[in-house]
Amino acid sequence: MSELNTSTTEKYHNNFLREVEENVEEGEWVKMCMQCGVCSGSCPLGAHWAHPPQELFMMIRAGKREAVLSSDSMWMCTSCYNCVVRCPRKLPITGIMHGLASYANKLGMAPKIQPTRDFSLQFWKNCTRTGRVNELRLTLGLYFNDGLMAGIKKGWAMRNIGLGLLKAGRLNPFELFKGHSCKDQQGIQAMLKKAAEIEARRKHSTH
Amino acid sequence: MATPIATSQTILVVGGGISGMTAALEAAECGKQVILVEKSPTLGGRTALMYRYFPKLCHPICGLEINLRRLKGNRNVRVLTLAEVSKISGTRGNYAVTLNVAPRYINENCTACGECAKAVTKEIPNPYNYGLNQMKVAYLPHKMAYPLRYVLDPSAIGTADADAARAACKYDAIDLNMQREAVELTVGAVIWATGWKPYDAAKIQPYGYDRYPNVITSLEFERMADLHGPTGGKLLRPSDGKEAKNIAFIQCAGSRDENHLRHCSRICCMASLKQTQYVREAYGADGKSTIYYIDIRAIDRFEDFYLKVQNDPTVSFVKSKVARIAQDGNSGDLTLHGVDTEGYHRYANVHDLVVLAIGMEPAVKGVDIPAEIIADSSGFLESAPGGSIFGAGCASGPLDVNRSVQHATAAALRAIQVVNKSASTEAS
Repeated sequence: MSELNTSTTEKYHNNFLREVEENVEEGEWVKMCMQCGVCSGSCPLGAHWAHPPQELFMMIRAGKREAVLSSDSMWMCTSCYNCVVRCPRKLPITGIMHGLASYANKLGMAPKIQPTRDFSLQFWKNCTRTGRVNELRLTLGLYFNDGLMAGIKKGWAMRNIGLGLLKAGRLNPFELFKGHSCKDQQGIQAMLKKAAEIEARRKHSTH
Repeated sequence: MATPIATSQTILVVGGGISGMTAALEAAECGKQVILVEKSPTLGGRTALMYRYFPKLCHPICGLEINLRRLKGNRNVRVLTLAEVSKISGTRGNYAVTLNVAPRYINENCTACGECAKAVTKEIPNPYNYGLNQMKVAYLPHKMAYPLRYVLDPSAIGTADADAARAACKYDAIDLNMQREAVELTVGAVIWATGWKPYDAAKIQPYGYDRYPNVITSLEFERMADLHGPTGGKLLRPSDGKEAKNIAFIQCAGSRDENHLRHCSRICCMASLKQTQYVREAYGADGKSTIYYIDIRAIDRFEDFYLKVQNDPTVSFVKSKVARIAQDGNSGDLTLHGVDTEGYHRYANVHDLVVLAIGMEPAVKGVDIPAEIIADSSGFLESAPGGSIFGAGCASGPLDVNRSVQHATAAALRAIQVVNKSASTEAS
């Protein structure tokens, strides 16, 4: 259990709803759910979720902290916003799903092998390092995610697309070594740091 | 038309449904002068279009009959049909009101013999059956119509139908020269009883009311169950005319939804519980009703009725708001998709017919009322600041018939207090 996880567990005891309200992006909306089920029924991927949004909200209220935060359900959200436009109470369900995923990740409770989480982490690392997305490294990183052999196999399978992109001048092989970056890299880092500060303060000021 | 004599001691009641009739009669029976105006050609409003009332399942004809009897026996009420209020100005106890009265083209000589309807050929959608069938351009609105006089639809004027109708009338009742006219009145208080209308079901996109013929509203179902309705009391599917024996009722269709109506319409739970009994009445144990709901709002004495329906083996309940409906192109059957709240099971249930328990919205929304009033966020009339315009029945909030009558009686009392005060001021 991470240190942050231990301290928040101590702080909120059994009141997981309050913990969500105070720490999760849009978490203050969870109590507004009236359990009608329209979100779950409207979700195009709903059948693949272990716990649809409606159930997650009820689990939060029932204090099922471990089950909610270690669930991979909220990682399944593709941000289609169908649930948000249909919700009779206008809950920002997509936002809550991403908020829960992000919070679970922060506490170290998110499932270890979860493709959406892997991709999100790689993408974030990739684009915040230089201020530009290095597509070649991101792609290769994903290919080799499941090991060396799997990466080579995947790369071989995609070779014609890669060559096509190369010929069309859409892929620069030298990106693999250094890659391009934005002009003011320090500025980008300072901006991200400031954004994190503001975010922390905003959540802090709500309680 | 003779202009009614009105003074600041007169009470104007706008709307001739159950609330308006009640308010008018209660005030008139206290000796007050009342003018009752109704936009359509007949009194009775939506109550006259119900098959049965909950919870006792008696027929509205009974209650309307009593009220019409009271009305016929009371000289204090002046009824104006086809009349709309276009302007109200003034202050508490003293209002100038302008009415806009449309021509009926048929005068008091009419005996309701029906010869004019036989003579005309053109048909128009029948609003008294929510457009489920057609009616002739010369028509009697319904069996309980008051005044009991035919109407000639304005679309017939200038056509051969109008002349045919006039030629067929043996009582010289048809007057094609009638004109729209404005009537000015002075009144002391106004009772606003314009009632409700169903929410536009086509706006609830995932339910496909506009695309699937076998998705209907609870009001259309009500007409279908009625012997005088478009199917003669048979519960038939609009797509193929087959008997619908496996019927789904979807609660909160439009109501309790920030995207549609934000209020609870209060009547729809009881209406659907009642309508399951129409299915039982039609088919006995062979019919099947399924109610999809968020929660059932059957309060006070209605709880007994809810328990009774719960114990009916032909009725089942699914705790879930249906997410969407899909139609099987060939059979016209409908598949309801959703996830239930009691176990979070994903379902895809097939039904013959889907009845949307459609929500209520005010027939005339607050902003459209031609007077200074305060309306709530749904457009229901709350009050008139410092004035004497009082909401009665569903113009002020979603109510069933019983509560509308109570509410209208209270409104009548408030109006009486105002005109009594102006009477004492004038006397002194």
